[in-house]
Amino acid sequence: MPVVSLEYVFEMSSLRATRALGAAKSGATRTAQRNASSQSSSESAGSWKDTALLGSSTAFAIGSVSWYYYQFGRPAYAMTPQEEGLHPPKYPWEHEKLYKTFDHGTLRRGFQVYREVCSSCHSLSRIPYRTLVGNMMTVDEAKGLAEENEYDTEPNDEGEIEKRPGKLSDYIPNPYKNDEAARAANNGALPPDLSLMVKARHGGCNYIFSLLTGYPEEPPAGAVVASGLNFNPYFPGTGIAMSRVLYDGLVDYEDGTPATTSQMAKDAVEFLNWSAEPEMDDRKRMGWKVMAVGGVLFALSIWIKRYKWVNVKTRRLLYDPPTTGPNRPDNVTVGSAFRK
Amino acid sequence: MPAPSGVVNAIYSTVIRRNFGFLGVIFLGAFATEIAFETTANSIWNSINRGRQWRDIKHRYMEQDE
Ligand code: HEC
Repeated sequence: MPVVSLEYVFEMSSLRATRALGAAKSGATRTAQRNASSQSSSESAGSWKDTALLGSSTAFAIGSVSWYYYQFGRPAYAMTPQEEGLHPPKYPWEHEKLYKTFDHGTLRRGFQVYREVCSSCHSLSRIPYRTLVGNMMTVDEAKGLAEENEYDTEPNDEGEIEKRPGKLSDYIPNPYKNDEAARAANNGALPPDLSLMVKARHGGCNYIFSLLTGYPEEPPAGAVVASGLNFNPYFPGTGIAMSRVLYDGLVDYEDGTPATTSQMAKDAVEFLNWSAEPEMDDRKRMGWKVMAVGGVLFALSIWIKRYKWVNVKTRRLLYDPPTTGPNRPDNVTVGSAFRK
Repeated sequence: MPAPSGVVNAIYSTVIRRNFGFLGVIFLGAFATEIAFETTANSIWNSINRGRQWRDIKHRYMEQDE
């Protein structure tokens, strides 16, 4: 190959250049060698530039992506960790499993904890006495409880509203006449209604359990606790108006369960989960039934589809050319599609 | 259509062939299936959750009343 074309070839492509280089080397003329050596050095210069270009554009791409992520991609925390509160650990609640009901013995104990401890501050205004029947109490027990309270009657003939003992259809009474009275009695903080509390807080059961059992003996060094507040790391802001309410042995369980702080907290939390989702037991059971029946129907529908389609799916279209007569393929001549 | 043989044949010609019989089979079948399914499903559920439900613990509190 003539040397003149060598430079041109080098510029075209490295593959052809390599071949040309080989040709030039095998040509072994003086010029060719000089040219080849000079060309090979210019080739290595080109690859250095390529590498630099590749490297810098890669670096630029990575850099701009990470800059963008740094600017806009990171999660934004509106609150400091202290304001956020300590996230509760996950406890293996038995009743949260998909195939488990509430433990109704636990519910009964939890309701006892609510009545004896929480009910002096917290209302449970969405729970009527009748719902306790067949869940954690007998009819007579629930009636007895309801009768301990007085409720307004309908206006009588003279328009007077009198008092009557509670019935099963009555709702559990509020500890305070209204929110203002509740605030006034609790240093300005309103004890929220507990009926839906498990659904109303991030972390649900885990959070409330941690909250109830998470009061340290003393706030950690450096923690600022405003007056009237108590330190609890799980409460967002860490200063909560509710002080620690559960202490070992506070209630007397009729079934002999030791009333430790965590036992009472666990029972109360499961009870509050029931009050927030009283339909849970039935919902899960119904869900399994729906899946069983639905599964059978689904299998059936697949089978029926295959049954209906089997003729279409196994159909074969065959061309069966006539073997005799004028239209036999080998008899057909000019102009026929079947010309041989 | 070839005639179904034996028991099937007997059932078909005595019951299912008449519209009333056919309808009856469907209704009775639905009731029977429903009862069978509910009974088994509930007993499985109750055995998975043995000791947890009110039905398992109510005797403790019922006896006191009597
Ligand atoms: C002495 C009154 C009092 C008692 C007794 C009491 N609480 Fe409270 N509770 C409060 C007050 C006040 C607040 C509001 C706290 C705040 O907003 O700072 C509160 C708040 C709560 C909260 C909401 C926390 C949040 O994230 O907002 C839960 C849950 C709770 N209490 C559960 C219970 C349970 C369960 C019991 C019974 C074991 C109980 N409390 C007993 C006064 C009480």
